[in-house]
Amino acid sequence: MPSLKDVKMKIVGVGKTKQITKAMNMVASAKLRGAQNRIERFRPYAAKYRQVLAELASKVEGNCHPLLTEHEEKKVCVIVLTTSDRGLCGSFNGNLIAAALKLAKQKTADGMTVKFICAGKKGRDTVSKSQYEVILGYGDRMGRVDFPLANTVAQEVIHGYETLAIDEAYLVYGEFVSMGQQPPRTLQLLPLQAPENSGEEEANAGPRCEYLYEPNEEKLLAELLPSYVKVQIYRGMLDTACSEHAARMAAMDNATRNCNEMVRMLTLLYNKTRQAAITSDLIDIVGGAEALNG
Amino acid sequence: MSKLQLEVVTPDTKVVSEAVDYVSCPGIEGEFGVLPQHVSMLSGLKIGALRYDNDGKHQYVFVSGGFADVNNGVMSVLAESAEIAQDIDTARAQAAKARAEQRLSERGEKVDVVRAEAALQRAVVRIQLAQLR
Repeated sequence: MPSLKDVKMKIVGVGKTKQITKAMNMVASAKLRGAQNRIERFRPYAAKYRQVLAELASKVEGNCHPLLTEHEEKKVCVIVLTTSDRGLCGSFNGNLIAAALKLAKQKTADGMTVKFICAGKKGRDTVSKSQYEVILGYGDRMGRVDFPLANTVAQEVIHGYETLAIDEAYLVYGEFVSMGQQPPRTLQLLPLQAPENSGEEEANAGPRCEYLYEPNEEKLLAELLPSYVKVQIYRGMLDTACSEHAARMAAMDNATRNCNEMVRMLTLLYNKTRQAAITSDLIDIVGGAEALNG
Repeated sequence: MSKLQLEVVTPDTKVVSEAVDYVSCPGIEGEFGVLPQHVSMLSGLKIGALRYDNDGKHQYVFVSGGFADVNNGVMSVLAESAEIAQDIDTARAQAAKARAEQRLSERGEKVDVVRAEAALQRAVVRIQLAQLR
């Protein structure tokens, strides 16, 4: 049986851990709100971009742009992996990394060399310990994701694709579905799949009249396609950042609950120990008194 | 007289959302103006100044390329970065200009000339616009 003092100290310790997890939960929820706002603000841009690009792509015939054409020989595959910088967010990072490594394994089996671009410390650290090469790694950036970051990553990928150094590119990110769900998603970045207008958008757009294009459709498409890669990467990063906070909130909520449970069990143990001590003291006293009475 | 709804959007924020009388844009093939009830059009933009007039007042907006889409009386300008002239950070633009100039003067192997030139141009236009306000 542990001593009373030991149990008491353990209760205090668990209580302190609980304070920390509770604080982390609240910090994560505040950050989540910020991240969600950013996604909200990005949404009109992304939606408009998609719409315009789909419109354009439907007008231009054939695979005329290098980013749309598949390379005949597929040798190098790049995986852009976005993770968080910090742990303590449950299985979130683990899931993302597992998804990326699974894809990498599959691509290696197809005879391709897999290279990684990592945004987020957790992913970078894990991947650099594996057998895969990390071309670019960004740590400590996921807390303040901005468009220039997405831009640099996209430029690296696009440049590689155009110079035939890269034959395929994928993005792995944590999609923010809801507070309870942040599944890892894999998205093919290159060769680009031109977005298609969903029927719903078409209906909302109203009657379509002839568009004036300046310069012509092909040139515009060539202008806009590279940026679409940036838009997708940025979206992935924003989603990952948002999901991270949601995952951390859930994890910390769990931890706080476990702390409560532990404190309850320890208090029970404390009381039991105390009572056992009293009982044994009483036995001693009674025993002593009996001995005196003889 | 009907107005044109102008929306200038960047990935991070909506810079302008206003009903205006006239918009002048730095198109890839030259400046062009858009009045209300313009026919649907889509045009690429280059780095430059976008001007819109509302009730006789001019307002300048910096845009770093992107494109403009006019449809059904709504003009959407999508740019990677855009700022209203009042919000331009002159000190930052000056610093960016100096940096770009330095990079261009080095002309080393590693210097990405195209990017440095674009950065220089952005900085110059920003500084010009900041003086207009």
